[in-house]
Amino acid sequence: MNGTAAREARVLDIIETQRGKRPKFRDEAITMAHGAGGKATGALIEGLLLPAFASPALDVLADAGMVDVAGAATALTTDSFVVKPIRFPGGSIGELAVNGTVNDLAMAGARPLALTLSLILEEGLPAEMLRAEVEAIAAAARAAAVAIVAGDTKVVERGHADMMYICTTGLGHIDPRAALAPTALRPGDRLIVSGPIGAHGTAIMLARGEFELDATIVSDTRSLWPAVDALLEQAGAGLRCLRDATRGGVASVLNELARASGVAMLVQEAAVPVDPAVAGAAELLGIDPMHVANEGVLVAAVAPEWADAALAALRAVGEDGAFARAADIGEVRTSPTGMVLVETGFGGRRVMDQLVGDPLPRIC
Amino acid sequence: MKYVDEFRDAALGRLLAGEILNAVEPGRHVKIMEVCGGHTHSIYKYGVDDLLPENVELVHGPGCPVCVIPMGRVDDGIAIAQEPGVILTCFGDMMRVPGSDGTLLEAKARGADVRMVYSPLDALRIAKANPDREVVFFAIGFETTAPSTALTLKRAKAEGVANFSCFCNHVTIVPPLRALLDSPDLRFVGPGHVCTVVGARPLEFICEDYNKPVVVSGFEPVDILQSVLMILRQLGEGRSEVENQYKRVVPYEGNLRALEVMAEVFALRPHFEWRGLGFISHSGLKLSDAYSDLDAELRFAVPGVRVADPKACQCGEVLKGVIKPFECKVFGSACTPERPIGTCMVSSEGACAAYYNYGRFARERVVV
Repeated sequence: MNGTAAREARVLDIIETQRGKRPKFRDEAITMAHGAGGKATGALIEGLLLPAFASPALDVLADAGMVDVAGAATALTTDSFVVKPIRFPGGSIGELAVNGTVNDLAMAGARPLALTLSLILEEGLPAEMLRAEVEAIAAAARAAAVAIVAGDTKVVERGHADMMYICTTGLGHIDPRAALAPTALRPGDRLIVSGPIGAHGTAIMLARGEFELDATIVSDTRSLWPAVDALLEQAGAGLRCLRDATRGGVASVLNELARASGVAMLVQEAAVPVDPAVAGAAELLGIDPMHVANEGVLVAAVAPEWADAALAALRAVGEDGAFARAADIGEVRTSPTGMVLVETGFGGRRVMDQLVGDPLPRIC
Repeated sequence: MKYVDEFRDAALGRLLAGEILNAVEPGRHVKIMEVCGGHTHSIYKYGVDDLLPENVELVHGPGCPVCVIPMGRVDDGIAIAQEPGVILTCFGDMMRVPGSDGTLLEAKARGADVRMVYSPLDALRIAKANPDREVVFFAIGFETTAPSTALTLKRAKAEGVANFSCFCNHVTIVPPLRALLDSPDLRFVGPGHVCTVVGARPLEFICEDYNKPVVVSGFEPVDILQSVLMILRQLGEGRSEVENQYKRVVPYEGNLRALEVMAEVFALRPHFEWRGLGFISHSGLKLSDAYSDLDAELRFAVPGVRVADPKACQCGEVLKGVIKPFECKVFGSACTPERPIGTCMVSSEGACAAYYNYGRFARERVVV
C-alpha cells in the first residue's frame, strides 16, 4: 500500500468509527431535515429522545415497543400523519394513518388488534373532506381487521395546522412463529424487498403539482400484515428482521439494520424492482428511488436457507398480486461493518448511505 | 429507460475498460480532471473508478455550481431572505451551504421565508401568486443554468412582474479552467452540459495554448469511459485536439439562441469571488443595464462583505484537484454532509460529498 492509500484507509477508519458512535443532537433549532427520516432524524432520536427516556424496549429502536401485558407478549406503537396534500393518487391521509400504524405492528411480528385515533383539525376544514377521511379510516381499519377502540379530537385556529393531522396508536399481539430483532442479522443472510419501491413518495411529489410531469404514479399504501402473516407461516424460523421502508426509503432501513447488527450489506442494484414511471421521475428529479418513501413495501432479512421459501410466500399473498414482484436484492456480509454497498448495474461499487435531509417534506 | 439504459450498459462498460487497459501507456500515471460536477456525481454513483486501472486517476474539478459560491454570497442571500416581505427561492442544495452565520435552511427555521424550487420559472410563478410579496430567485450555476434564468427574467419583464428579482451568482467556465491549466500533468474531460450552450469551440485554447487534449463528454458512465479512452488515445498518438464525445447533444458551435438571450440579460462582472479560488477576472455574470430593475443586489441592501473561508477548510485545493477529498484536514471528522464546513461537502456534485456518500470504502484496482 502506498502512502496515499494508507492515508485514505486511515481516514476511512476514522469516519466509520465516528459513524458507529451514537449521534449527538447539537442543532440550535428544528429544521425540516429533522423530520425527513435521514441522519438528522437519527440525531434527534438517538441524541435527545433515547437518552431522556432510556428503557430496554425503546433502545432497540424497533418499529414497535414490546410490553408484557399479564404474560402476553404485546407490541405497542404510535405514529402521526401530516401528509400534504391529504388526498393523493392511491390513497389519503386517513388510509395512511391506519396502514402506517398497522404496518409498524406487523414489522414487530405482531398481529394488529386495536387502534386509537386522534384528530387535529384546522378551523374551516370542509366537513365533506373530514367525512371522506373518516370513511377512509373506517375502510382501512376493516381491511386490516383492526378495531378503533378510543379516540380524541382537537380543533386549532385557521393557519395553525394544515387541514388535518392524524395520530394513531396501535396494539398488537406478538406472533410466536418468529423472533425478530434489528440486531439479529448474520453474514450470509439474504435481503428481500416485497415489491417495487419508491411509489408513495413519488406519487405525493407529483400530486403536489410542483413538477409538470405527466405520469400516473399511485401510492402503494396498504396493510402489510397479510405479507407478514405469510412470511411467518412459510419461513418464520428463518426470519431475522422486518422493516417497512417508509421515510428515507429502503436505503435508510438497510443502513439502520447494518449498524444495529454490526454487519455489512451488498445490494445488487439491478435486482431492485422499480416501476418504469417511478424510475423515470426519480431520474428527472435526481433522486435515487432507494431513498424514496414507501407505504406498502417491507424489507426482510432472512437466513439463506429460508430465502426461497420467503420469496415464494410473499409472491403468493393476496389475489391482487401486490407482492408478486418481491425480489432478493442482496446479501449480508461481514465487512465493511455498518456499511451498505451497492453493486451498480454498470458493474462498479459504491456506498449507499442514508440521506442527510429529504428534499421532500411531509410525505406521511 | 430508452436512450439512457444504453449508456449504462455493463457489457459495453467492460468492453471500454478493456480498451482503456490497452490504450494506457504502462507505468505512466495519467491524471484526468472532469471539470463538471455532474461527471463527478456519475463517476461515484456508478462506480466508474472501479473499471479504471490505478494509474488512470480521475481528479475532480471546480464545476459544481454550489461548491464555488463563497460564504459572503450566502450571507448576502440570507440578508435578502430576512428583509420583510421577501420570499427567497433557491435550488435545494443551496439551502444547506454554510455562510458565516448558518445556512438558508437555518434562516428558514428562524422565520425567513425560504422556498426550494426546481427551476427559475417556479420562482416566477410564486411571484405571480404572491403579488404583495417580494420574490427573489437565488440564481447559481454555469452557462448550463444561466439561459433558463435569462429566459425567466425576460418573461418577468415582458409580463411586468414587478415583485420579482434575481440575486445573480452565475459564473462562466473558461476563466477558472485557465487558472487550472498551469498544473502540468492535468488532462480534461470537458463539461458536456456547459458545452451544450457554449459549444466546444471555447475549449480550443486548451489545445492551442497549452497543447493538451480535451474531450467533451456526456454524463452516463459509458460516456465517461469512452471520453477517458479518447483522451488516452490522443496522448498515445501525440495529438492535442478538442474532441466531442457528446455529439448527440453538443453542437460544436453551441446553442446560438441561448447565447443570444444570455448576452441580452447578463453582463460580465469585472471580478467574481470563487470559493477557495479567490477572485477571478471576468468570471461572473450580473444583470445587464437593461435588466438592472430586476437585480436583487440593487433592490435590497445587500451587505456584500467578503468573508474569508474557514481556516480549516481546503475546498480550494479540492476544487483545483491539488488534493483528494480525504486528504483535507477536516474531511469526515469536522466536515461531514450532516455538518459541512466547506461547500464541496454540500452538493451531491461536490467532490467531497460524492466521495463521502458513495466512495467511502477501500477499492482494489489493476495497475498497468
